[in-house]
Amino acid sequence: MSTVREVLERRDYATIGHIIEPKSRVLDLGCGDGALLAWLKDNKDCDARGVEIDRALVQKAIARGASVYQGDMAQSLSDYPDGAFDYVILSQTLQQVGNPVTILREMLRVGHRMVVGFPNFGHWSVRLSLLTSGHAPSTSLFPFKWYESPNIHVLTVLDFEALCAAEKWTVEHRIFLAGSSRVSAMPNLRAEVAVFVVRK
Amino acid sequence: MKDYSPMIANAQMVETQVERFQSLPLDCGSVLTPVDIAFETYGELNANRSNAILITHAFSGDAHAAGIHRVTGRPGWWDNMIGPGKAFDTDRYCVICSNILGGCAGSTGPSSIDPATGQPFAMTFPVITVPDIVRLQKMLIDRIGIPRLLAVAGGSMGGMQALEWSVAYPEMVAAVIPIATTHRHSAQQIAFNEVGRRAIMADPDWDRGSYYLQRPPARGLAVARMVGHITYMSDSSMKEKFGRRLNGREALTREAAGFDFSAEFEVESYLRYRGSQFVDRFDANSYLYITKAMDYFDLSYGRGSLPAALERAEARFLLVSFSSDWLYPPYQSEEIVRALRSRNRDVAYCELSSQYGHDAFLLEVEEQTELVRGFLKSTYQRVTR
Repeated sequence: MSTVREVLERRDYATIGHIIEPKSRVLDLGCGDGALLAWLKDNKDCDARGVEIDRALVQKAIARGASVYQGDMAQSLSDYPDGAFDYVILSQTLQQVGNPVTILREMLRVGHRMVVGFPNFGHWSVRLSLLTSGHAPSTSLFPFKWYESPNIHVLTVLDFEALCAAEKWTVEHRIFLAGSSRVSAMPNLRAEVAVFVVRK
Repeated sequence: MKDYSPMIANAQMVETQVERFQSLPLDCGSVLTPVDIAFETYGELNANRSNAILITHAFSGDAHAAGIHRVTGRPGWWDNMIGPGKAFDTDRYCVICSNILGGCAGSTGPSSIDPATGQPFAMTFPVITVPDIVRLQKMLIDRIGIPRLLAVAGGSMGGMQALEWSVAYPEMVAAVIPIATTHRHSAQQIAFNEVGRRAIMADPDWDRGSYYLQRPPARGLAVARMVGHITYMSDSSMKEKFGRRLNGREALTREAAGFDFSAEFEVESYLRYRGSQFVDRFDANSYLYITKAMDYFDLSYGRGSLPAALERAEARFLLVSFSSDWLYPPYQSEEIVRALRSRNRDVAYCELSSQYGHDAFLLEVEEQTELVRGFLKSTYQRVTR
């Protein structure tokens, strides 16, 4: 989902910039080419690390000076001691991982807080697409055919809220975005992208 | 403190220098008195001496890592990576490379004269370890007057030295770059080294190591090197480089086959050539001592475990492995990366795609340059900030 990444990184660094305190220790899961890490280091003086599975992206990230290693997200998390980071970021792939709850629990073990961004499957365009076409929704946020989609665990804003409640996690911030603007009312219907800051 | 800068006025033409130390205590309990270390420098130290990088060479390397040697006219073994504008940019950094203890290219080793007897040490040379090698490098760095190295970087056995630096002298290194290496040899790696050692010792000319006034064990050493070269390449790189091609002949027919065990295949003559070439520049006893030091090396030795050892490290790490390297496979680098993560150390790691096997660390210049340049630049920014 490059769209989520775009919202969080290029179009609106301030989104993450406002959340993360200066000089924090940050781990970015699926960090891509390290653009966010570099931004956090340069602008927030963060100790920013990242893990990425794609070799070409890892090379780019290291070349720009970021401490990024090539590896699997779940295994990397399991290696870290408790509380190793102030923030663990998962900004684009929650809906693509095999066992999202396990990943989220691990994020809150390794980090004091987690920042989770995902495309909202409850957005009106998704609902409308299904309702009118009768096919699995195909929208700008979810552009794939059902058989080629990497999104195996799609979720809505309400779904994530329900999970946090069930796990007794505290949601500290909610940021809802449509395009480059913030959404306040009816986020489950109107937000294209949701960003949650959660702690235990 | 000495000022070495006048000696490197011409960055391209380089000379090997030698420093002598009164004594070096060794892990085996012996003390070497005195001990020499050969080294070269490229680029200039900055005013607060914060831009020095130590390059640690692999098993058969030497101090001549870059530039053109004033005496031999030969380029350095990592000249494609070290120099103005290169990965280890000598316009920005002062790069130092020394010949390892136990070697045969200017530093004290088994072919050096034992002052007690006036004869070469040969097999009376004490057993040396990678920590011993690093201890001598540390003495050199202290004498040059560098309070903290920006980085220690090396491939293969050089990577072992870089790892040892990071835990033996954590306050002395801002970053380490271990490439295509391991924190300890596997049975397979020890096995290949043992084949090399037995080849040398089985050569009657070896004469229990006391061959310095006679013929050296050239046949045994050449065979050892042939085995080494096979392990440095990969199946696919050998296929590409040699295939089943023949020397001076199109096809292997019954009429044309020599049946005389001459080097008919290109790969045979290549290995023979590399073997005989090696004999001219390398000492057989150094082969024995250095391969043994590699086999003994275990970063966790005396430090509890690998994670416990790496917990001492304060440096940033950049580890690099190569997909087709079966001598130092990527899993060995990943073990180190995982141990670093378990102690929350700062680590970057990439498995580069290459078909050149272990040799890739000497050949894959472009991609390594990209990684090393970015990593060094950001480390230097942190150090000087």
